[in-house]
Amino acid sequence: MAKARWILLLCLLLATPALAAIGDPAERLQDPTLEARAEALGRELRCMVCQNQSIEDSDADLARDLRRIVREKITAGASDEQVMRFVHDRYGDFVLLRPPVRAATIILWAMPAIALGGGMLMILAMRRRAAARAAMEPAALSAEERARLDRLARDG
Amino acid sequence: MSEATPASAPAPRRRGLLLLPLGVAVAAGAGFLGMLRGLQTGDYDPKGVPSALLGKPPPEFTLAPLEGAERPGLASADLKGLARPVLVNFFASWCAPCVAEHPFLVKLQRQGVPLLGVAYKDKPADSLAFLKRYGNPYQRIGVDQPGRVAIDWGLYGVPETYLIDRTGVIRWRWAGPLTEEVLQKDLEPLLKRWA
Repeated sequence: MAKARWILLLCLLLATPALAAIGDPAERLQDPTLEARAEALGRELRCMVCQNQSIEDSDADLARDLRRIVREKITAGASDEQVMRFVHDRYGDFVLLRPPVRAATIILWAMPAIALGGGMLMILAMRRRAAARAAMEPAALSAEERARLDRLARDG
Repeated sequence: MSEATPASAPAPRRRGLLLLPLGVAVAAGAGFLGMLRGLQTGDYDPKGVPSALLGKPPPEFTLAPLEGAERPGLASADLKGLARPVLVNFFASWCAPCVAEHPFLVKLQRQGVPLLGVAYKDKPADSLAFLKRYGNPYQRIGVDQPGRVAIDWGLYGVPETYLIDRTGVIRWRWAGPLTEEVLQKDLEPLLKRWA
């Protein structure tokens, strides 16, 4: 058992660098502030080939090209908005991992609030019904009533 | 004793509530089955997101010709003021679906549909060998070895085909190989519509 745990730990330790190493270190910008900006932007952009990965996480060719474009634009002095607009103009809303709030996406964005509100309403309704049921239960017999019942039972 | 205690027999409305999770699961199952069916028949495509360029002209670009193909290169200027709608097809010799769709491109060319090719991220010699082997249906071929023009088009990958109307506006994008079904169901009506 302990051995299996050690093997698991070893596997996890070996797996982590693989995740972080996607993207050749040579791709990274020299300037750490610019690189941090590029990575932050890249994490907002969907890799259109693998779809549920951002371009920072993906090993696809297209993702690598987009990473390079993001870095080129940032080095050339483009603002974050300009870089995002460049990609959005070409790939549409779908490229944004956080889609903009619009009429078409409002249900998507409102879903957590709807689910939470709905759950709270359900709990409220259940508690109210339980309270109503408790109110309908006959009250316990008083000492006087119990004595009378005993008397009736005894005397027939 | 005809009165039931609340604990032993829930009211009919509450018993209905017990079936709710089952109902949700059945509905979700039916939904997923529908998606799977659609994937098989081709009616549903999870990657079928419309191009951001639909209804817009293609980006400005100039691509050099493919040496040895005896066709001119391709530029955005070639996609303006056309006599009839054209197809721009991105292809690569290393892409297996491109081989699969190639007979349909040849067929379209025989029908007189102007086809313009972009060799995407491919060594010119390999593109040339590909066209020698399978035939060249293209009137013009542009070489996009770095794949940067393709990104301006919002390309996902190869093969990908765009329909450009006579006024030079992108009207349709097909990401993936052309098939007989796509030709009949999508392309033919579109070519008629924008003729």
